[in-house]
Amino acid sequence: MNDISNELQMPIDELETAEAWMKAGREVAVATVVETWGSAPRPVGSHLVIDSEANFEGSVSGGCVEGAVIAEAMDVLASGESKMLEFGVADETAWRVGLSCGGRIRVYVERIG
Amino acid sequence: MDPHNLKKLNEEKRNRRAAVLLTELSNGRDRLVREGDAVSGELGMALEKAFRSGKSGVATIGDAEYFLNVHVPPPRIVAIGAVHISQALAPMARIAGYEIVIVDPRTAFATPERFPGVEVLAEWPETALAPRPLDRYTALAALTHDPKIDDWPLAEALRAGCFYVGALGSRKTHAKRVERLGAAGLAMSEVERINAPIGLDIAAASPAEIAVAVLAQIVSAFRKRGIVAQNAAEEERILDA
Repeated sequence: MNDISNELQMPIDELETAEAWMKAGREVAVATVVETWGSAPRPVGSHLVIDSEANFEGSVSGGCVEGAVIAEAMDVLASGESKMLEFGVADETAWRVGLSCGGRIRVYVERIG
Repeated sequence: MDPHNLKKLNEEKRNRRAAVLLTELSNGRDRLVREGDAVSGELGMALEKAFRSGKSGVATIGDAEYFLNVHVPPPRIVAIGAVHISQALAPMARIAGYEIVIVDPRTAFATPERFPGVEVLAEWPETALAPRPLDRYTALAALTHDPKIDDWPLAEALRAGCFYVGALGSRKTHAKRVERLGAAGLAMSEVERINAPIGLDIAAASPAEIAVAVLAQIVSAFRKRGIVAQNAAEEERILDA
């Protein structure tokens, strides 16, 4: 019982992952859902963390736009410039990457350090 | 994101303390704000609202756009007493989104059979709570009627600043309890924080109805908690002194 409840109370924490990666000397970018409209799959505040080899943990959608966010994160890691991304059905690119659930999300991508 | 702020934020989360990572979206600058930190003006109000609701979001203040990412520990209930009321309280609490732990040193009461799927600790509160100390996001409900079991966790809950402290017992029983806690060195202003008789006054009669009254009182205390205002007042006192 104890073991089970401890597991349930300690899901993978993306920001802990980010810190661990950073301490291991990896370059890390953090993507955060800052706004949502309509039926967005992940709530505001959700994180996806990405390193320079495109390893990632967490999510900003139900898997629809992660690929695109990871690609953008590579740029952010290289340049150090933060980016605001917007995905939704109204956006041709976003539709192509697949946020087909009808929602719209704004994702902020930044480098740690 | 400032690596230093990331480390500080993770440390706050590990210690079950609330914090907001505040990011100015135009330039990416961030800072960590702890619950109770004094921030003035509109931004301070937005922060206070974020702490209260636990909801992250964007706030536009003047020309600047800020993102407030709120990290609030999940609220938790520690019920002292594996009694009939606790048997009803445990499933209700979980439905309402509160983690619950039942503590009772009486092994006849604290059995997994009586509390299927609930964390039950057949230990004295002193022992049971040592690895999981009470904090401001914990509600403590003392339900045994037995001073030997209830008094210590009640005093500890007041010291730890639990957002809710309640104790079962009549007004007469409570008057004696107040005397004992006072004699143990607790200030009366602190002891007055104990909700007794426990629960909202809904004329609850059965154990399950009392559990409803207790849970409703806990929810009310959590949603109306004045941690922010309290800390700001404390800080002012310190600055004035």
